[in-house]
Amino acid sequence: MTQMSMIQAIHSALDALLARDPNVLIFGEDVGYFGGVFRATDGLQAKYGPTRCFDTPLSEGGIVATAIGMGAYGLRPVVEIQFADYILPAYDQLVSEAARLRYRSGGEFWAPITVRAPYGGGIYGGQTHSASPEALFTHVAGLKTIIPATPYDAKGLLIAAIEDDDPVIFLEPKRIYNGPFDGRHDVPAKPWTDEPGSDVPEGYYRVALGSAAIRRAGGAVTVLAYGTMVHVALRAVEETGIDAEVIDLRSLVPLDIETITASVTKTGRCVIVHEATRYGGFGAELSALVQERCFYRLEAPIVRVTGWDTPYPHAFEWDYFPSPARVAKGLRQALEG
Amino acid sequence: MRNLPPLHLHIPAPHARPGEAPDFSYLTFPAAGATRRPDEVSPEAEMRDLPYGLIRVLGAEGQAVGPWDPHLPPDLLRHGLRAMLLTRAFDERMFAAHHQGKTSFYMKSTGEEATAAAPSLALQPGDMCFPTYRMVSFLLARDYPLANLVNQTFANAGDPMRGRQLPLLYSARDYGFYSLAGNVGSRFGHAVGWAMASAFKGDDKIAMAFVGDGTTAEGNFHEAMVFAAVYHAPVILCVTNNQWAISSYQGMAGGEETTFAARGIGYGLPGLRVDGNDFLAVYAATQWAAGRARANHGATLIEFVTYRVAGHSTNDDPSRYRPANEARAWPLGDPVERLKTHLIRLGEWSEARHEELAKTLHEEVRAAAKAGEALGTLGQNPPPRREMFEHVFKEPDWRNLEQRRECGVDQ
Repeated sequence: MTQMSMIQAIHSALDALLARDPNVLIFGEDVGYFGGVFRATDGLQAKYGPTRCFDTPLSEGGIVATAIGMGAYGLRPVVEIQFADYILPAYDQLVSEAARLRYRSGGEFWAPITVRAPYGGGIYGGQTHSASPEALFTHVAGLKTIIPATPYDAKGLLIAAIEDDDPVIFLEPKRIYNGPFDGRHDVPAKPWTDEPGSDVPEGYYRVALGSAAIRRAGGAVTVLAYGTMVHVALRAVEETGIDAEVIDLRSLVPLDIETITASVTKTGRCVIVHEATRYGGFGAELSALVQERCFYRLEAPIVRVTGWDTPYPHAFEWDYFPSPARVAKGLRQALEG
Repeated sequence: MRNLPPLHLHIPAPHARPGEAPDFSYLTFPAAGATRRPDEVSPEAEMRDLPYGLIRVLGAEGQAVGPWDPHLPPDLLRHGLRAMLLTRAFDERMFAAHHQGKTSFYMKSTGEEATAAAPSLALQPGDMCFPTYRMVSFLLARDYPLANLVNQTFANAGDPMRGRQLPLLYSARDYGFYSLAGNVGSRFGHAVGWAMASAFKGDDKIAMAFVGDGTTAEGNFHEAMVFAAVYHAPVILCVTNNQWAISSYQGMAGGEETTFAARGIGYGLPGLRVDGNDFLAVYAATQWAAGRARANHGATLIEFVTYRVAGHSTNDDPSRYRPANEARAWPLGDPVERLKTHLIRLGEWSEARHEELAKTLHEEVRAAAKAGEALGTLGQNPPPRREMFEHVFKEPDWRNLEQRRECGVDQ
């Protein structure tokens, strides 16, 4: 075990698979010689050679189309979209091609690609470097969507994603690349060192796609969160002293529906937290699933704590970002309802 | 103020509309044999005249002339002729089947058969074609079972696509034919990726991809060209310029400003402009570009100049936007007739043999169609409904399993 930040853990996952599987290759904008704007591929080109980790033209659609063709040939391409905000030129490729290739060809072709993209706010990135587009992908049949919240999970899930034979959107909460941000922007940022989930094996291991993690067991209310919001939710629970059960979904598709329903069945209350806009967000799906499966156990309306239905506003970062205080309010609302 | 006329907005329009005489006088086609054939591995900068020429081998009398004559054995020519004739017979039968309510949709490739049959025979086993939906002759040149095509058209229990795809949107991996979809251009970049993968592995396989003239306006086309050029991908990127994208003539994609082959120049890719109704020219150009790709000299853009004789699909009536007799006025003739004339001229074919072959193929198609109808036309005997929940993922997730039960098709 070694202490790693999330970005180091992601780097370690890529390193491990480049070493292990000659069919894995990495490409994207600035990922080659330079090592990526967030350093996820630092030194990998020097270590494995220019055909295993290389730069691409500034063309997200071209990057993903190329990856799909490589996947159909039999490789396992891992591509980086520099910011999730910029994935939209590749959306047609992901939705019309990657997601449907296996289905429409009767199983003859498939796209075992992994699309990594840093996502989310809290970094003063304005409306072009802060988006949380997960619902655009969870809505599409044939795509898997993964979001880690700790270095350990980031590495294990990324390895599992790359080895998966279906296309996987791997969204990395960039606000917690270097430390577990709990939403308190006015206190000094802390590193991952000695934080839960920062002990990471140096070698190969997998965290199965489709399994949630209970970050805090509790009986009063269930909190469903993922990415940075897991840490914000834990902070809110600590501040309020409410005996909440905090579930880190880790995998939005496939979703660990059993862990969710077991928890809400136990607590009878549910708060859903995400950074993305609320309307039609993944929280809406979670809310519907919980309502459909746990209706007679629910003691109160399901509460959503989310980003507002606006683009991400630069000067109002902390009005937009769901704070521990807003999550705390949501928890009390669920308990009072 | 300068004394200039006001600006005016140019909206391209075809040269003849319904009721007018067909007019192809704006197209300039060099004579057969006139366009030079540089060495396969020449630098691109030394062949920037080629996109404005026209690679043609077959002369007006059916003679093979000039440097692009691939000198193919008569057996191969007859094989190609058979594939084109079979395609024509199959198209006629399936088009009629649509009118009889046996399927939902059909598209003919009439007039364009050489652009797929010749590459099919020029590529090597293991190469991968990323086709358009007007390339059935690629499959038929490789003896793909007619039964599969019929069953796919009828979406019956024998449909290899399991009832998931519109007619013509085939997939045939073992025949080097990539999965089709109805959206255009979005697989052009897959071909580049596939070719890059082959190079990455040190393989000797190449890819060949097709789009229509209209699709060159899609961003996908540009993206694929950039990647192909940047990584010297062993891929042949083709534009089948059949003059019409539904009702939009090729000028609406910029075809009157320059040739589609000349798009290669901006990317540093060789651009070949080829008579798409000349089986020998299509074969020779494919062979040239394949040789260049296999020699690690990267991608080539080929424009196949041809004409879409039929409507876009069974839902289209081309008499509403182009002269009814425009196909007969098409200056590059018919690919089947031209190859037939050539073979006869070689003493390797005759009108009688041609007629006999056409009859045999008609019977072959009739028998295959009958067998397909017996298995089921659209909606009568589809693949098991429970299969509609398969292949969404490699293994169905809990939603697929729950919804399969909800749909009532669990068993």
